[in-house]
Amino acid sequence: MEIRDLTAFFYTRGGNGMTHSSRRNLRNGLIFVSPWIFGFIAFQIYPILYSLWLSFTRYSGFGKPIIIGFQNFQQLFKDPLFWKSAYNTLYYTLLAVPVGVVVAIVLALAMNQKVKEVSIYRAILYVPSILPIFALSFVWVVFSNPRFGLLNLIGQGIGLPVIDWIGDPKWNKLSIVLLAQLGAGGPALIFLAGIRAIPSELFDSAQIDGANVFQRFFKITLPLITPIILYDIILGLSMGLQIFTQAYILTGGGSSGANTAGPDNSLLFYVFYVYKSAFQYTQMGYASALVWVFFIVSMGIALAVFRWAKAWVNYDVE
Amino acid sequence: MAIEIQKPLRRRREPFKKTLAIRIVPRIILAVMSLVYITPLYWMVATSLKGSQELTAFPPTLFPHTFVWKNYIDALEYIPFIRYFLNSLILTTGATIGAVISNSLIAYGFSRIEWKGREVLFYVAIATMFIPFPVTLVALFDIFAKMHWINTYLPLIVPTFFGQAFYMFLIRQFLMGVPKELSDAARIDGANEFMTFFKVIIPLMKPAIAVVAIFAAVNAWNDFLTPLIYLQTQAMYPLSIGLQFFRAEHTVAFSLLMAASTMVVIPVIVLFLFFQRFFVEGITMGAVKG
Repeated sequence: MEIRDLTAFFYTRGGNGMTHSSRRNLRNGLIFVSPWIFGFIAFQIYPILYSLWLSFTRYSGFGKPIIIGFQNFQQLFKDPLFWKSAYNTLYYTLLAVPVGVVVAIVLALAMNQKVKEVSIYRAILYVPSILPIFALSFVWVVFSNPRFGLLNLIGQGIGLPVIDWIGDPKWNKLSIVLLAQLGAGGPALIFLAGIRAIPSELFDSAQIDGANVFQRFFKITLPLITPIILYDIILGLSMGLQIFTQAYILTGGGSSGANTAGPDNSLLFYVFYVYKSAFQYTQMGYASALVWVFFIVSMGIALAVFRWAKAWVNYDVE
Repeated sequence: MAIEIQKPLRRRREPFKKTLAIRIVPRIILAVMSLVYITPLYWMVATSLKGSQELTAFPPTLFPHTFVWKNYIDALEYIPFIRYFLNSLILTTGATIGAVISNSLIAYGFSRIEWKGREVLFYVAIATMFIPFPVTLVALFDIFAKMHWINTYLPLIVPTFFGQAFYMFLIRQFLMGVPKELSDAARIDGANEFMTFFKVIIPLMKPAIAVVAIFAAVNAWNDFLTPLIYLQTQAMYPLSIGLQFFRAEHTVAFSLLMAASTMVVIPVIVLFLFFQRFFVEGITMGAVKG
């Protein structure tokens, strides 16, 4: 013990010892994070660059890729299915993100009520968000079916006509937005944590000043949870732009032939089109071009949101 | 003067308006919302118990007249359910072990050791969360195909052994809160970095490991796109892919599909009931970043 203490003492005191220990720390640190460094290079950097190269080739997955310059990109801008899938994806995302944020905040406000059995309600509202989307999509197939489903019975109850929520191109994207709200319980818990972190004196003094529930929400709660709103928007954007599973299952992507993505391709979302191009039409080069356009556009959207957020996110909170 | 006496009496009962505002209205709102969220799941279970005759009745019955429990047994036989279930279990176990081991090590390196460049590399790691997953989809498939990994579980499990930014972040958050003195004490006793990690830190970080294990397990169980791309034979499919085979050319075995969906969903709900605390902790820990 004592000898070790002494050596440690000398190592840290001597000028040479300092560099020795910091060099050792550097070595140890790199050893511990080396799995990530390897994974980052092998499963992220390299595939991204490799797909950039593939995007300039014609390649079926077999044999050698043939370099064809910018042909894939030229073809892409003339491809009606590219535009259709981009349109569908943006349409869905622009609808799903704001709806998702509002629903999550409403759920969080409800979860914040001081009712004795509130934890039961919280659990019920949260659990659907951890259930597999593929299973929920199958449930949705049944639930929204005009014949076997409950959704239309409820809809008729409140005066809606019978709607084919999956087969009708006018409604099926909205139908997936509704389905996605089953997952709002996850973000709602984050909002709940944010709301509960607000000092209660703020509400008390506002109440003394005569502010009603709505004024308290818009003047106190909402400004203080703007960082979480931004987080939820970014999360929602990435989930919205990458939407795949729901469309694949609702359109029966597996069993009923390769060429359906809903009537009039109304559920052909971008990643679904990438999937079809790469794995059903085996156009790996073209799919890589699609993927790179996706990469650039989604990065652009994320940056634009961060910029826009500077105007309204309250950074004093944390 | 009599009013003076009445006042304390009235205070004991809250005015009806207040009762309404803090006890009744919130309960009604919460109950209605919960009803909305539970209805699709109720419909899943209700449909799973309907017989073929009742299923085709129009309008659909809200409550199954007779419980056809046999649907659950038929669902197990209509598709190789047990096989798919075991496959899902293998994939989930593999991915969970990978996530726990790799992210603990990596998070340790990013939090408990001071080294040059640590912060920069960590920010790079966090930034990778913003790389959309589909961007690597096509190229990774080709890479794994060249390695003859298609139709094996390797492309689904091996990458989990190399860290995932979100889990690294969660464990690192936790480790930053563990007092530095604990490691120093171990070091003075002659423990090197690896002994400190195994003997001192691992026992302390169990809660963070639990959070990551649960999230990784649920994500692996729920994964759809990756198995869809990499697995190509029936014998290899997990439940996520296998469930599609309730759909034949023109008909769908709706009751059986719902029975199978119920059986897919139940393990996740059970996991939640047992580990509620960790779910909530993980989510709110992640929120700190927001």
